[in-house]
Amino acid sequence: MKIKKNIAISQSGFAFDPNSGDSFSLNPIATEIVNLLKDDKDEQFITSHILEKYEIDEFTFQRNFDDFVQMLKHYQFVE
Amino acid sequence: MKLKYERPVINKINAGMPDKYGMKVQTKAITEIDGLKISNLIEKFGSPAYVLSQQTIENTFTEVKRAFTNRYPKVQFAWSYKTNYLDAVCRVFHSLGSWAEVVSGFEYRKALNNGVEGKHIIFNGPDKSKGDLILAIEKGSLIHIDHFDELYMIMELTEVLSQRPKVAIRVNMDTGIYPQWDRFGFNYENGEAWNALNRIMLSGKMELVGLHTHIGTYILTPNAYAVAAAKLTDLAVNINRKYNHKIKYIDMGGGFATKNTLKGAYLSGADTCPSFDTYADAITSAIVNSEISPEDLPTLILETGRALIDDAGYLIGTVLANKRLADGRRSTIIDIGVNMLFTSFWYEHEIYPAKETSVHTEDTTIYGPLCMNIDVVRAAIQFPLLQKGDQVVIKRIGAYNMTQWMQFITLRPNIVLIDTKGETHIIRTAETNDTFLQHEKIPDYLIKN
Ligand SMILES: Cc1ncc(COP(=O)(O)O)c(C=O)c1O
Repeated sequence: MKIKKNIAISQSGFAFDPNSGDSFSLNPIATEIVNLLKDDKDEQFITSHILEKYEIDEFTFQRNFDDFVQMLKHYQFVE
Repeated sequence: MKLKYERPVINKINAGMPDKYGMKVQTKAITEIDGLKISNLIEKFGSPAYVLSQQTIENTFTEVKRAFTNRYPKVQFAWSYKTNYLDAVCRVFHSLGSWAEVVSGFEYRKALNNGVEGKHIIFNGPDKSKGDLILAIEKGSLIHIDHFDELYMIMELTEVLSQRPKVAIRVNMDTGIYPQWDRFGFNYENGEAWNALNRIMLSGKMELVGLHTHIGTYILTPNAYAVAAAKLTDLAVNINRKYNHKIKYIDMGGGFATKNTLKGAYLSGADTCPSFDTYADAITSAIVNSEISPEDLPTLILETGRALIDDAGYLIGTVLANKRLADGRRSTIIDIGVNMLFTSFWYEHEIYPAKETSVHTEDTTIYGPLCMNIDVVRAAIQFPLLQKGDQVVIKRIGAYNMTQWMQFITLRPNIVLIDTKGETHIIRTAETNDTFLQHEKIPDYLIKN
């Protein structure tokens, strides 16, 4: 999955889509995940990274990740 | 140590007009009730559960009572049973000095069973059977006549009963608010109320003890009470003038608003709810400024319901699932449905997580667990990022939910009272399938083997 190149995301979790003019706010984990996706990291990598860093079980994260990706698609962040 | 996790979330920023989710972001949590942790309450009493705080009931009662007794010499509260007629709740109010206000034979007998003396029961409503009336007359209760058919039935009963019924009439009137509750009682403006009073006085068979009105519920304009009180005192003055008869009380009914926000309201209930002092001021000024002489001032009875109990009640429950709706909106399903939260049809109930969350929220629709489209607890709320199994608290649900609930699809849960020492008591046990087996009957031909 590829995040559109022209989508800019700040450290504080503010994202801007120049195509639509829409702006978005992301929480820190969401920001982290979008940046990993921008770096072409795959789901497996992201999952193990998050599980290592945060207090969360794999099933819950997977559910949350799927849901988040759905929202990225919904907001047309994905190429 | 690993960091605290939170579900990843992305929200579109809507510049300009606030959307229907509103600007106010609610991130605070309710972690305990009267010092007891929500998680412990759920562990002990199950999810969902109703929780009532006796301390809050007592604090609210003291506050309302003070507002009136500071301004008027004779004030009497009568607990409006329909608002919450769990016996334990009624007994808390009776222990604080409240009489009982009932509107059916069922409620009347509940009040007797709760130890209320007959003469301290106010019997309102259009549905009093002959048997109910005989019982109420024999017990010396205060019968508030709703319509002429009832008036004539009481007159008929006086032929065979030895006691003289103590009666008042319910009066409906224009107080400048909409809707006007004109289906109950006798109308003031068209002379019907005056007519009914004359019949009572001329019959000589009943003792006219009071005048009653209940102008509606969730009344946001205290002045409506001033108008109503002035109209009742006007009737009292005219009765005294014509028959030299002084009524003992004026009963202003219930109807004070609470801090719950009405659906579709632009401002939150916390901002629009008049204080008890403003209601008290409106009512007592109208009576004191009337032509009734100071030594004859009637007792002021109040049947305040929701405003006395709403704040004391909580529903605690659990997130069952999160889903995305087709348009990308988030929906959270909780185990509290509209079957146990009847007031969600009127109010945008405040709902909080039971543990601290981060400041991040998402536009969320909160559904109950029922398989029906109307099972919506909040259509649109900025809600923290909860996961399955997380616990939630719905605030200010003490009025009407524990009486107007529907047994539909799920069973009614435990109701727990926290006493003033912080001890918990189940005051109504959760229903089980057995509850239903006790009431249902299966015809023989449908029983196999
Ligand atoms: C006769 C009467 N008294 C008192 C009440 C209590 O009203 P509230 O809960 O609005 O205070 C009601 C409620 O409908 C009522 O019908």
